[in-house]
Amino acid sequence: MSAAVLALDRVSYRYPKATQPALDAVTLEIGEGELVLLAGLSASGKTTLLGLASGVVPHFHGGRFEGDASVCGRDLRDAGPAQLAEHVGTLFQDPETQVLMSTVRAELAFPLENAGHDATAVARGVEEVALALGIEALLDRATENLSGGELQRVALAASLAARPRLLVLDEPTSQLDPVAGDELLSLLRRLNEEWGTTILLAEHRLERCLGAADRVIVLEGGAVVCDAPPPDFLAWAHDAAPALETPGASLIAGLGLHPPPAGVKAARATLAANDLLPPAAPPSFATAPRPSRRARRHAPLPALRFSRVWHELPGGRAILAAVSLDVAPGELVALLGRNGAGKSTLLRHAATLLKPTRGTVTATGRVALLLQNPGAYLIHDQVGDELPRAALEAAGLGQLISRHPRELSGGERQRLALAIVGADDAAVICLDEPTRGMDRQAKADLAAELRSRAAAGAAVIVATHDPEFAASFATRAVLMGDGRVIADAPPPQILAGGWYFATETARILGGHAGALTADQGVAALTTVTAAAPAA
Amino acid sequence: MSYQRRASPLHAARATVGAAYCGALILAAILTRHPLILAAIGLAVTLAALSAGAGRRVLRSLRYSIPMALLVAIVNALVSRNGLTVLARFGYFGPFGQVDPTLEALCYGAVLGLELCVIVAACALMSAAVDPDELLRSLRRVSFRSALTATLATRMVPLLALDSRRFAEAQRTRAHGASRAAVMRAITANALDRALDVAATLEVRGYAAARRPPRARRPRSRHDLAFAAAATALAALAITAAATAIAPFTFYPTLHGSFGSRQLALAGALILIAVAPHLQRRGIER
Repeated sequence: MSAAVLALDRVSYRYPKATQPALDAVTLEIGEGELVLLAGLSASGKTTLLGLASGVVPHFHGGRFEGDASVCGRDLRDAGPAQLAEHVGTLFQDPETQVLMSTVRAELAFPLENAGHDATAVARGVEEVALALGIEALLDRATENLSGGELQRVALAASLAARPRLLVLDEPTSQLDPVAGDELLSLLRRLNEEWGTTILLAEHRLERCLGAADRVIVLEGGAVVCDAPPPDFLAWAHDAAPALETPGASLIAGLGLHPPPAGVKAARATLAANDLLPPAAPPSFATAPRPSRRARRHAPLPALRFSRVWHELPGGRAILAAVSLDVAPGELVALLGRNGAGKSTLLRHAATLLKPTRGTVTATGRVALLLQNPGAYLIHDQVGDELPRAALEAAGLGQLISRHPRELSGGERQRLALAIVGADDAAVICLDEPTRGMDRQAKADLAAELRSRAAAGAAVIVATHDPEFAASFATRAVLMGDGRVIADAPPPQILAGGWYFATETARILGGHAGALTADQGVAALTTVTAAAPAA
Repeated sequence: MSYQRRASPLHAARATVGAAYCGALILAAILTRHPLILAAIGLAVTLAALSAGAGRRVLRSLRYSIPMALLVAIVNALVSRNGLTVLARFGYFGPFGQVDPTLEALCYGAVLGLELCVIVAACALMSAAVDPDELLRSLRRVSFRSALTATLATRMVPLLALDSRRFAEAQRTRAHGASRAAVMRAITANALDRALDVAATLEVRGYAAARRPPRARRPRSRHDLAFAAAATALAALAITAAATAIAPFTFYPTLHGSFGSRQLALAGALILIAVAPHLQRRGIER
């Protein structure tokens, strides 16, 4: 118990005015130098457990606390977040509320100054943490000019500046694109391996970090339901919690193989050991051929058409550069690309929130746009006040009318926001990054919802960073870069051959047969094995 | 909240000195109602802003303060009952009662508007050229709780501006409109949530347990000395001028003020003192 960085013994916690406990008799220990992944569906207690590790629970939030907890040898009843700050670094989800100062240098100096270090020690600490995290070029930048990825790195550096023994992170990649997210995760790995920092990380996209974890702790209803190394966790998840199973593990389990892989490399090794690893497909950068002029002339009118659309800032920088795109009724389009590629701007043009500086946007009917934060649509104290009862019933939210919008789950909020923007009778439905912070189950529900709306005739276009989600719903993928459409093709052509914009199954199978999901992978490999004896 | 490090003498001075310099300009503007002196202070602020590379920023602040200044001038002319030179007789006019605008009331309103513009411009100069983090750090040594409040407020302003833009955009995409009151209530509730998030971040960065920061032993630069001297001289001159009524100007019942050599000398001295520290550009990159 004494060597544990975090030790909880029958800890229960209830937020003020809450009827249910957020943590229920949790007992666990996290040892020095461990990298522990915290998994579970939304509202399972992950954030509360992380809050406990940093002291904000119960000291900042209040509430009822039972049991014994110690963090870095200090009893949590005596030590609050300020006292634990020297030992525990904390990184929350939203980078915008985690950067307090106006320059990066001041931000990194802030925790060191709070710890009472003199100017020389502060300057040295700032320099070292900036170099360690590769943000030395940002030191004199104004924090208000940083991108989301840069802000999150700066926040991570600030939480590490005091050289904490324990680093707790609450879905730190949920606001980042795959490139920035992977960079952050590899940084964490390096911190853990090279400096021995103990890491407690909550993350929905388990496939991105499972390979680096020593242990996975699963919470359900505030209680620990699994605490095991990654392969054992995956074996448990296959039977007990399929929503937590990674696509790679689903693929291997679907083929009847063992052990469940914690990452792409392990999955490939398992396939290779069973002579199932397909030869690497040559990289394909093909896109769908542009239809002939005659075919275009006779094609049905698209639900949404961008004709050489430009969006130029007063300084001359082009956010969109001659984008031409047709989206047909019933089509499901995934709009992919890194941060700043122009995806959100394109959707704003579709909904006429912006006016092109050149080119035209035409739609056959109303365009419903759901922006990134569904919370911005929920402005009343009761769900019933947001929309007429008939509209709520039609959206399947009739039973929630007396609830406060904040009490809804991520999926329910998303459905309510979709109803508010009038997706029910829209010819075109646009969604901007709808899966931020969503667990796998909520994403699957959203994908089903989008498919049903497309089946009813709506054109659906979704900007997303999440290749797994794109593969689950899209019939067409459009990859944007620097304000231009750089690839436009069926999802297998784009998501099976990419490095960053590729699903885990595609990376395991090297793009074989265009398989993107575990089910498609199983089908493709089963075909291979079935055909092998005949050959 | 738009501080950006630039190569200028004002940026090179320490934050407390820079703030004192801008504060002295604001004090000088508050202590006078003489249009010539106010115009001189306005010119001094403009020259200081140009020297600090903050001209555009100060200009942008005028976009908001000039309409406000015009409003002050017009409203004062409509509601004031003082002054003898009646410009027009509009008769009885709704909530304003008898409206007979006078030249004196119009001029008084215009001078109040000018004062507002000068103060806003000096504040814009301070926000562009004085490092807020360094200022807060210095404030922490004096008053911990005030510094905590200031830190929260400093961070909340750009954050809430961003959120307000998001809410406004979201309301534009609603299928059916929402009442302004409901939107405002939601923005306010969101602001409280955001404040809580920022406060939680302050907690986990150890602010609540912060000890009094050690004094930074930084030698005083020539810019520190020059701007400190200018701030002291500006404040002293403004207070002396107000106490000895060197530049009196009365608006009611009739306009009365002098524009003689003493007033010209005072205006010139204020400009000279304010601009002098900016002339030390040796070692400042171009």
